[in-house]
Amino acid sequence: MAELAKNAADILVIPAEEKLTPPWKEALKSFYKNKLAVVGLGIVLFFIVIAIIAPLVAPYGFKEQVLADRMQAPSSKHWFGTDDFGRDIFSRILYGARISLWVGFFSVLGSVVVGTLLGIVAGYYGRWVDAIISRVFDVMLAFPSILLAIAVVSILGPSLRNALIAIAVINIPNFGRLVRSKVLSVKQEEYIMAARAIGMKDSRILLRHILPNSISPVIVQATLAIATAIIEAAALGFLGLGAQPPEPEWGKMLADSKNYITQAPWTLFFPGVAIMLTVLGFNLMGDGLRDVLDPKMKQ
Amino acid sequence: MFTYTVRRILSLIPVLFGMTLVVFAIIHAIPGNPAQVILGQRATAEAIATLTRELGLDRPWYIQYFDYIGQLFQGDLGTSLRTRGPINVEIWPYLAATFELTLVAMIIAVIVGVNAGIISAWFSKSWFDYVAMVLALVGVSMPIFWLGLMEQWAFSIELGWLPTTGRENVRDPISAITNLYLIDTLLQGRFDQFWVVVQHLILPSLALATIPMAIIARMTRATMLEVMRSDYVRTARAKGLRMFWVVYKHSLKNAIIPVLTVIGLQTGLLLGGAILTETIFGWPGIGRYLYDAIAYRDYPVIQSGILLIAAIFVLINLIVDLLYVFVDPRIKYNK
Repeated sequence: MAELAKNAADILVIPAEEKLTPPWKEALKSFYKNKLAVVGLGIVLFFIVIAIIAPLVAPYGFKEQVLADRMQAPSSKHWFGTDDFGRDIFSRILYGARISLWVGFFSVLGSVVVGTLLGIVAGYYGRWVDAIISRVFDVMLAFPSILLAIAVVSILGPSLRNALIAIAVINIPNFGRLVRSKVLSVKQEEYIMAARAIGMKDSRILLRHILPNSISPVIVQATLAIATAIIEAAALGFLGLGAQPPEPEWGKMLADSKNYITQAPWTLFFPGVAIMLTVLGFNLMGDGLRDVLDPKMKQ
Repeated sequence: MFTYTVRRILSLIPVLFGMTLVVFAIIHAIPGNPAQVILGQRATAEAIATLTRELGLDRPWYIQYFDYIGQLFQGDLGTSLRTRGPINVEIWPYLAATFELTLVAMIIAVIVGVNAGIISAWFSKSWFDYVAMVLALVGVSMPIFWLGLMEQWAFSIELGWLPTTGRENVRDPISAITNLYLIDTLLQGRFDQFWVVVQHLILPSLALATIPMAIIARMTRATMLEVMRSDYVRTARAKGLRMFWVVYKHSLKNAIIPVLTVIGLQTGLLLGGAILTETIFGWPGIGRYLYDAIAYRDYPVIQSGILLIAAIFVLINLIVDLLYVFVDPRIKYNK
């Protein structure tokens, strides 16, 4: 009998090298294998660092005007040239990274929080709660996003803060629908039924069990949504509905420079490249995360 | 199919009503007195009172809403505060201009995007595949208003090949019949003007087409790769059918459904993108009309413009949904 027990113990012992790696380590490993995703992460980190250290590395202030240096072409003094007010474009782009990333992160954070809450409530409670929330989402999705953003800013008035709110609002249904569909499948799982059977409160089931099991597609979608949010903020800025002068928002910089396209094309070139690179970074990173966290969505 | 079509159209009713509520809220949710906001800080009390009356803001909101709905049913979109003209009359030439631009952009996006996706899948992992997909990725990440400005700088200002802004030669204006200038010039046999219209269309339509083109290319490649791995494609190849026919006839048919969804969605989004493109290229479309309205705080035009574009967006999605059945007869909606 003792021998039998010893054999069983031998069988159950997992050799050290065969121990299961935690899922997050697996995910990290396969993320790093995707070269494009790593490039994307590199670009994003680069812009985050730039945004943080902008005041330390920018050669000039973003508001600093030297009218004698108006519309100077790129040179060793002004790497990206100057605009029609004689402001250094390189410095303004560095400071502009703060605005774009700030709008990108916080607008998406707002959409994720509200969208996830609404999606969970709609998916878990179903019936009329689901019907009402889903119809609201349908209506919001019936508008092309930039139009809905224009509508929201028309109500609130043009400013960077209101542009952020508008972008957050227009992205809510995307997250809401995503979470709702995930919750619909998760709530059928046996462990949720078990939680209900032992009398667990709805709020605890939602927050402790359903939310953690529905969140991975949200992370992927959020990364990709930051890219879209940055473009949308730039578009609102370009239309004069977002950041107001003298804020160095990249879209607003493009709008201010478009009248000088003949005399000073560099004033248009660099802010556009900055937007494109940041958005590309988030898109590449988002694609990589999707492959890792949600392989079913991989196309 | 008939039942499905009816059900699908009926399901649009609450969405359309919801849209009118959102659009109605644009004026009514403005903090403070909307008439004051529209007229600005220096407006006299008399002017504010007149505009309040004119917009019907002195009545309870629900009565205003029902009036608004009633007007919409009669095709009345209100009066522009800037031009004093009826919006339903003055909006049509703008709408036609946008229609022409988005249609041309979509044709470019579909032809280039679908073919780039097909060739990328056909010669998967070749240099063409890599270049096309990197370009597609860059295309998706590019702000179209910046692309438009760069095109303008390169092809109009530096090279002088194409006109910078507008829709026609202002010295030789086109007499509008349908307001679709490509058609109007042909109807009048003015081929010189037709060529001028084409030249004006190239840059804005290319700028507008870039993002959908990139998305369509990526989607086509992904679905084609999946379909081309299937057994029936292998069988077709084994029977000695030419690869061209296997790809374009057998595979494409089965890969087209998700692509069609993307095309539908992108067509709607093009209408939103048109606001930015039209602003850059001085294209007298609905986007430009809205942009000017925003600058003048012409709220009735902002409301009607947004509502009309959103309604067209919804309609396009409906058409795409119905098209599925024709493209893929395996889809049965009667169940």
